[in-house]
Amino acid sequence: MNNAATLSAWDPGPRGRAVETGLWLFMAVVSMLFALFITAYAMRMDAAADWSPIAMPPQLWLSSALLLAGGLLLQRAASAARTLHHARAQRWLLAGGMAAMAFLGSQLWAWQSLVDARVALAGNPAASFFYLLTALHGLHVIGGLVAWAATAATPAADEPRRRALYIGLCARYWHFLFAVWAVLFATLGWLTPEVVRFICGRG
Amino acid sequence: MAIADTHSHDDAPRSFFTRYIWSQDHKVIAVQYAGTAIAVGLVGLLLSNLMRLQIGFPGIFEFITPERYYQYVTMHGMIMVIYLLTALFLGGFGNYLIPLMVGARDMVFPYMNMLSFWVYLLSVVVLMASFFVPGGPTGAGWTLYPPQAILPGTPGHDWGIILMLVSLLIFIVATTMGGLNYVTTVLQARCEGMTLLRLPLSVWGIFVATILALLAFPALFVSGVMMLLDKTLGTSFFMPALLSMGQGTDYRGGSPLLFQHLFWFFGHPEVYIVALPAFGIVSDLISVHARKAIFGYRTMVWAIVVIGGLSFVVWAHHMFVSGMNPWFGFFFATSTLIIAVPTAIKVYNWVLTLWRGDIHLSVPMLFTLAFILTFLAGGLTGLFLGNVSVDIPLSGTYFVVAHFHMVMGVAPLLVVFGGITHWYPKVTGRMLDERLGRIHFWITFLGTYLIYFPMHYLGVMGMPRRYYDYANYEFIPASAHALNAFITVVALLVGAAQLLFVANLLWSARHGRRADANPWRAASLEWATPQTPPAHGNWGAQLPVVHRWAYAYSVPGAAQDFVPQHAAAASGGLEPDPPAASAQRGGGRP
Repeated sequence: MNNAATLSAWDPGPRGRAVETGLWLFMAVVSMLFALFITAYAMRMDAAADWSPIAMPPQLWLSSALLLAGGLLLQRAASAARTLHHARAQRWLLAGGMAAMAFLGSQLWAWQSLVDARVALAGNPAASFFYLLTALHGLHVIGGLVAWAATAATPAADEPRRRALYIGLCARYWHFLFAVWAVLFATLGWLTPEVVRFICGRG
Repeated sequence: MAIADTHSHDDAPRSFFTRYIWSQDHKVIAVQYAGTAIAVGLVGLLLSNLMRLQIGFPGIFEFITPERYYQYVTMHGMIMVIYLLTALFLGGFGNYLIPLMVGARDMVFPYMNMLSFWVYLLSVVVLMASFFVPGGPTGAGWTLYPPQAILPGTPGHDWGIILMLVSLLIFIVATTMGGLNYVTTVLQARCEGMTLLRLPLSVWGIFVATILALLAFPALFVSGVMMLLDKTLGTSFFMPALLSMGQGTDYRGGSPLLFQHLFWFFGHPEVYIVALPAFGIVSDLISVHARKAIFGYRTMVWAIVVIGGLSFVVWAHHMFVSGMNPWFGFFFATSTLIIAVPTAIKVYNWVLTLWRGDIHLSVPMLFTLAFILTFLAGGLTGLFLGNVSVDIPLSGTYFVVAHFHMVMGVAPLLVVFGGITHWYPKVTGRMLDERLGRIHFWITFLGTYLIYFPMHYLGVMGMPRRYYDYANYEFIPASAHALNAFITVVALLVGAAQLLFVANLLWSARHGRRADANPWRAASLEWATPQTPPAHGNWGAQLPVVHRWAYAYSVPGAAQDFVPQHAAAASGGLEPDPPAASAQRGGGRP
């Protein structure tokens, strides 16, 4: 148990460093995964003339705000945990997780609005990619929520260092999820066949 | 890196179940991985023999229908590359060697390590299940190219291909869980004094190969998910508008070429995911069994890293025949030939390590020497095939079959045999039977040359690969058919000889000669465990402290002809360019 009032200048220890490294590596793998999907998206866009872009449902803006907010709330939770304000940390932590769940709800709402507009999965490749990429991103958020739930269920008083570390890692992963989402949203919404052809030097 | 030994020593599992089945101990998981990989590898071997029966003696074995033949080809390829070699090198050797060689008590995430094995086992079960579903396993060829992979006309186009794709996706999850563990353990759990540039080359090879796996398997994941959706939900990621069996399909606009790019963006690094651990292990075996420091250790490390990097920019050399801008062909041919430079450096360094060494022709050394020769032969034909103009006429022939079997089939397997023979005494506390080992070696080594050397000639003669039978092809002379029959007979013999190896593994575990803690008098850390086989936690009460590299052999003035990595600093045998004093004090960093 640490008696200092703050853990801010603290060394995560060998176990903490290992977990941090593991998370960095995992984020590299996920980045590769989405980078390849986006490359495939651009190549498929350019492969045939059957591409008909879909209008981005407005709910996606709400989703973006919720995911960003989730990361910021978790960041505050991590700061509170490092200064040993356990109750406040727990509140921010729960709020951050709720925001992520709301993000998933908002994504489903966006899907519903597309389905209502008769945008089918197999209808055209833009729609196929939209459903596929948002679903995969959603799965990564759900994975994050599993880690979040495990962290939230850890009693605060027992191991404050470990808890502060894990909350900080949740925040880091949430920022990463937001960055991935921002790139995905931009790609799905604004990358056009003309831009792809321009990038490939054939525009 | 400050090394705090936070491991509690009284957490060893007590029940049989937690000790050997649901185990979190890297050594048990390694044996589980290796055992599963070898078992599924035997299935792959059987399939290759069935395939050879058809090629050598067409029409005699009526149960080998064209559909079954293609299913054998496909499953043989996928099983051997992914479920045997990748799993065995990373999950088997990686799991066993990394913690012991870097001086750790276990992998950094033992629970995830255990999950990695069980998820791998699930992927194998799903793959094997495809033999029993309606239509049987997929016969699309191991590259699974669309559109044919999911269309009627290809065997297993219904259930077989779905199970194959699902199995691959599960395998990728398992490999990622394992891979995060291996890389993090190498980066974060090395014992005091074990700088990166003191790691044995086995660890370097497995470490870089794991990074390749982490970054390359996502490409297979992407292509697998998209093909699965094309098959099951009717999307058109890869499927162009086409008529199938005279019927129109709902597919339109998809790009089969996109699949090829994704597949080979995974597929080429995959070659090095298999080859780099083999390179590393061979370097260690040569050094131990020739009683000589590895020649050019740092160059070897850099060669591994450079090969790993280059392996990501050569993928389209597998696609020369699919048609591409000539400048692309030029680029990929050039990058492919450049990879030969670091690879050749490695071969030279192995030979220079042998030069004037005290070479012991033990079974591991025999396999090592066989590897160098086989890899050299397979690598040189790679230089032929790396050129677009040579590749195009040869691409569809047995020349390619000969090339890739020599370079990434047989060569890494020879290392597997050598490596298992070398570390078996550490794993079980007993030696493998030497006579059986030698018989197995000679049959395997000579046999594979008798199988694959003639295939080069068949290929140059224009004999096409992937064909079910060669009746009525005027340009194929009778001698080629005779050669095929000969190859088949040898393949059956070599196949049967592998049972000797398996029998040796099983028999020696109980009846083999008892091994002492360090039977090969090796300097690396895994031989310094207080118990053999190592107990849970590996190192007893105290973690080891390392004072030198792993190649202090035949050190002038030393008491014996090797100085263990953990022997006191005064024993000498330092690496040629030791790290600064600060690293000596603090450990870890290079």
